Amino acid sequence: MPDTDTLAFADRPTDSVGLITPRVARFDTPLSLACGKVLPAYELIYETYGTLNVDRSNAVLICHALSGHHHAAGYHSEEDRKPGWWDAHIGPGKAIDTNRFFVVSLNNLGGCHGSTGPISHNPDTGRQWGPDFPMVTVSDWVASQARLADHLGIERWAAAVGGSLGGMQVMQWTMTYPERVANAVVIAATPRLSAQNIAFNEVARQAIRSDPEFFDGWYAEHDTLPKRGLKLARMVGHITYLSEDAMGSKFGRDLRSNDLNFGFDVEFQVESYLRYQGDTFSTAFDANTYLLMTKALDYFDPAATQGGDFAKALAPAECPFLIVSFTTDWRFPPSRSRELVDALTRAGKSVSYANIDSPHGHDAFLLSNPRYDAIVSAFMNRAARELNLAEPAEYETNGEGTP
Amino acid sequence: MMRADLDLIYDWVPERSHILDLACGNGELLETLGRHKGVTGYGLEIDHDGINACVARGVNVIEHNLDDGLGSFCDNSYDQVIMTQALQALRRPDKMLDEMLRVAEEGIITFPNFAYWRHRVHLGLRGYMPVSKSLPHAWYDTPNIHLSTFNDFEHLCREKGLVIVDRAVGVGDHQGHWKSRLWPNLFGEIAIFRVRRR
Repeated sequence: MPDTDTLAFADRPTDSVGLITPRVARFDTPLSLACGKVLPAYELIYETYGTLNVDRSNAVLICHALSGHHHAAGYHSEEDRKPGWWDAHIGPGKAIDTNRFFVVSLNNLGGCHGSTGPISHNPDTGRQWGPDFPMVTVSDWVASQARLADHLGIERWAAAVGGSLGGMQVMQWTMTYPERVANAVVIAATPRLSAQNIAFNEVARQAIRSDPEFFDGWYAEHDTLPKRGLKLARMVGHITYLSEDAMGSKFGRDLRSNDLNFGFDVEFQVESYLRYQGDTFSTAFDANTYLLMTKALDYFDPAATQGGDFAKALAPAECPFLIVSFTTDWRFPPSRSRELVDALTRAGKSVSYANIDSPHGHDAFLLSNPRYDAIVSAFMNRAARELNLAEPAEYETNGEGTP
Repeated sequence: MMRADLDLIYDWVPERSHILDLACGNGELLETLGRHKGVTGYGLEIDHDGINACVARGVNVIEHNLDDGLGSFCDNSYDQVIMTQALQALRRPDKMLDEMLRVAEEGIITFPNFAYWRHRVHLGLRGYMPVSKSLPHAWYDTPNIHLSTFNDFEHLCREKGLVIVDRAVGVGDHQGHWKSRLWPNLFGEIAIFRVRRR
């Protein structure tokens, strides 16, 4: 990760949104899910950055990816060693300018960072939801996000923005609630997963489910975690997030020590890196959530109900789209974004597309890159202009991120 | 005030039509057509600054290398395809012409006329590859790999059985001077063609 993403609170630059306190919204209206089950009540944890204007017309929704969460920008405490996952793009003067926009970022349903999910208490059984937590889809997430918008008094998002699985949520918004999205930014996404994408997800799931500590998802009740499984899942996932070039230039064939030791301990730097990533993740993320999120990815296929015609599926969309891909992304390569662009042009929708040169593979969407930042800025500034949002100077910077 | 060739093209694009603008640059033409004639469509561009400028002004732009053809665009899906000052930089200008008239019934093409008298002076009298306002590059770094003349293009259209609906030339900032109307191949600096499938 670049230095900008690892700056501790004490070293934060002036364009940080500063200290942020997450909030929780509770919803007692049952939510019918695509899988046929009904969630009687749920909570969503979210953060906001910037100030909601009087017209409530400057709100931007941030949708997170597979292992993301609500903490997209700023710091939770002065001891934090790094900011939120999209701090490079959200803040005063950044691509998503908090001097201008009121940014909302939530943890999706089924998540493990504070929104109702497998680690939450199931009121029906008195135990954790665990593997009983219903399968949630991208459509279900969007429905729950719409309720969060209602809760915040936001009738229409100035923009919905997301990368990877987050981009799929943005697409879904434009199809389900076209009148509630003024602009859509879809980054490093795909209209549907390929067989290879699903295959990688399945390896990850099998790694988790075959861990003896998994206990059919009831590991919490056995006071344990399927750490080995989750670690393997993360390791294989991580390989797909990086490009071959990025891995090569970062690690090459570098050894940890000077000599080969003809054993199976860590020898190459890349092994050490992957194990570290996997270990960290295996205690920080919930295995049941990981399973759910990968299934949500696999199931996403809006064209399926239209005989595979994505242009038809996009017919309801009304807003301008910005589609962005990255040259070395092989998880959701530029050709997949281009499918999305072609469907949008066939449907006669407003769309712009940029394919950004980056060595960082799929992970590039998380990082700062001059051209990437410039194109998102240009799109967002044009959106602000068309929505007649005040110039940044007319807002007071609100570092606390409270509305 | 747009570039001279763009001014002329502006008049040739029907109101409320749906167009593709190949090598749309900073999106000036599409923006003007959209604002004043209700024209919709997309610009295709490969230059990063051009793409950014389009996005900034709200013009639909798709990053696309024209040498890859127009395969992702369906037959007859647009009213017109416009390509200004890009023909000479393509690997196969003739194939692009086919592609343009597959996607739309009508195409508008502009390119620097290599037979323009100043270019002839450069090459014929001085013995150097022409460098001018319309051909500003040196021979070794020019993106223009398929230079042609007003006559050459007419010949290609005839070979392909295309109808030339309109033709004009631009000279500097002016167009339509009597000399260039009479002898376009000699006095036209920019060739401008409107062609149609038969």
